[in-house]
Amino acid sequence: MNELPQQLVNGLLLGSMYGLVAVGYTMVYGIVQLINFAHGEIFMTGGFGALTVWLILPGGTSLWVALPLMIIGAVLVATTIAVGAERFAYRPLRGGPRLAPLITAIGLSLALQQAVWAWYPEAKSARTFPQIPGGPIELGPVTIQTGDVFLLIAAPICMGFLAFFVMRTRTGRGMQATAQDPDTAKLMGVNTDRIITIAFALGAAFAAVGAVAYGLKYGVVDYKMGFLLGLKAFTAAVLGGIGNIYGAMIGGVVLGIAETLATAYIAHIPGMQQLGGQSWADVWAFVLLIVVLLARPQGLLGERVADRA
Amino acid sequence: MRNRSLLILTTAVTAGALTLTACGSRDDKGGAENGDNGNVTVTIGLDAPLTGELSALGLGIKNSADLAVKTANKKAYVKGVTFKLESLDDQAQPSSGQQNATKFVADKSVLGVVGPLNSGVAESMQKVFDDAKLVQVSPANTNPALSQGPNWASGDKKRGYKSYFRTATTDAIQGPFAAQYVFKDAKKTKAFIIDDKKTYGAGLAGTFKGEFEKLGGKVVGTQHINPDTKDFSAVATQVKSSGADVVYYGGEYPAGGPLAKQIKAAGAKVTVVGGDAIFSPEYVKLASPASAEGDFATSVGAPIESLASAKEFLANYKAENYKEAYEAYGGYAYDSTWAIIEAVKKAVEGNGGKLPERAKVVEAMQGVSFEGVTGSVAFDEFGDTTNKQLTVYKVTGGAFKPVKSGTFGG
Repeated sequence: MNELPQQLVNGLLLGSMYGLVAVGYTMVYGIVQLINFAHGEIFMTGGFGALTVWLILPGGTSLWVALPLMIIGAVLVATTIAVGAERFAYRPLRGGPRLAPLITAIGLSLALQQAVWAWYPEAKSARTFPQIPGGPIELGPVTIQTGDVFLLIAAPICMGFLAFFVMRTRTGRGMQATAQDPDTAKLMGVNTDRIITIAFALGAAFAAVGAVAYGLKYGVVDYKMGFLLGLKAFTAAVLGGIGNIYGAMIGGVVLGIAETLATAYIAHIPGMQQLGGQSWADVWAFVLLIVVLLARPQGLLGERVADRA
Repeated sequence: MRNRSLLILTTAVTAGALTLTACGSRDDKGGAENGDNGNVTVTIGLDAPLTGELSALGLGIKNSADLAVKTANKKAYVKGVTFKLESLDDQAQPSSGQQNATKFVADKSVLGVVGPLNSGVAESMQKVFDDAKLVQVSPANTNPALSQGPNWASGDKKRGYKSYFRTATTDAIQGPFAAQYVFKDAKKTKAFIIDDKKTYGAGLAGTFKGEFEKLGGKVVGTQHINPDTKDFSAVATQVKSSGADVVYYGGEYPAGGPLAKQIKAAGAKVTVVGGDAIFSPEYVKLASPASAEGDFATSVGAPIESLASAKEFLANYKAENYKEAYEAYGGYAYDSTWAIIEAVKKAVEGNGGKLPERAKVVEAMQGVSFEGVTGSVAFDEFGDTTNKQLTVYKVTGGAFKPVKSGTFGG
């Protein structure tokens, strides 16, 4: 049986999730040149926000009713934390040395992780997440799980919305202007502080949708889920060209497919048996990143600086 | 000025983060109170993952050890000695385990340590304990190399550390035992073998593979997974297309549960089989009860609910109202703790009623023999338990139920 189509779909699904989280890294970087290392944890709190909504809804609520509320809960929690972090942890350090907010971001990431660990009920081990009922969908050689359907629908909608927002709305143009030159943008009447807050909030909302997709796909959320995924999403953002929102999505998909194919096929190459397998997938993902950065230091789509947003 | 006050706030957030992190490794001062009736206090250390993904197993170990200490004190089992349990959390990390070992060694009142859960953690602790001649009894380590040296598989068995003992039987027996059951009783002939590359998981998968092939089974694929990720879709697709009828997983339930779930969701018609580290209700929860149905796990010993020797333990455990279940290693943790109590008793008696040196307790441990919760407890020349019983458990109706107990016939 040929498993290639299935593996490509596996990679696409994994990559879409990376892409949703990567958007947050890339937008914030594009506007304030800050790598927000707490973004993975904002993703994680989104997952717990959705779980909380599910837990307080009366038992037996249909998932179709609960899911929109869970998404709202996830987005609310994640954006509140992201905007709060921007206001109280990053803004005071703006204009200071570049390293200061970076270190704050790492501290914040630890704080969020440990806060959920310490205070969320029973979060010391993984918590089960509600599942979409029903069996898998068979499309020829490809099987798609019910939990993945959400991701397949949500990722393109989110990206379409973002493209529309950045290109067509007043605030979106303000974001582009701030990304190009914050001082001039300010002189032209753009409220840059507000723009930056919106960039953080949008990134967090996308991460929250990604977290709901994660919960539905894997059936669990836990306090550590943001760390590795955040790192991968950051890699995806760099791979696609950091600062470019389309690049984030493409970088995510390329990374996801590369990981999946490395898991499935590298061990079959003669002489590479020891270097294949799922435990090596991360290594190959980073090899790909290095190769791309050597050949194209700006990343896959990073060349049009004017479009950074 | 406003900027500066916010800078201070930011610093506070970062400092808060670091403090919270420190909270995670806070020592647990639980356990028995200091003896106040003129007795000397002997501390028994306990190291297990009390937080993190494996905490269900770790807390079961801690509670059971606590019960053993309380029982010994209540009975005044060793005259003039009050026992106290001091538990530290290793979060299943070798580095934390080693730090904890150093702490125990530095505390002169510690005469023995129970733990750890993970073979990989034990590896990092053995030398620290052996250098200090402090006895260590693990209720759960199953990797043979810990007691029989790195070349045990080729028959060159050599004991590395005289202070290391364990009450759980090893994977040299557990893997082959599972292979025999899978091939002979469950009649599965095509296996896909997956491990997590850790000391325990890789060792177990290796011993399973050897016996399965010897019996005539075919290994149709192998994979190594990274247990820190949750995406196993690529592996699941491979299992499906390999045509395997059984998956053997060498690893622990936090990755094993999601792995089994994704393999079955991919449409592979397989039974997932694993060792004692997936023998936990958490496995069924993570794999989802419907898809875990029919999966097997082997575990050390016989199910303690069926043993006459465990009746008292079960009743006392219930009476203490512990919040967490005793899980897979509760009985072994109780026996490990009791072995230390017996060894201390022997050493005290051999020392004219006074507290002995640590080395004497190590010596006494070699000769310990008593009827424990899990059957008779005694140690062979490698520090391994002489009780080599194992049981196969099958998920039926959403929970593991014992289906076959026995000793591995070779």
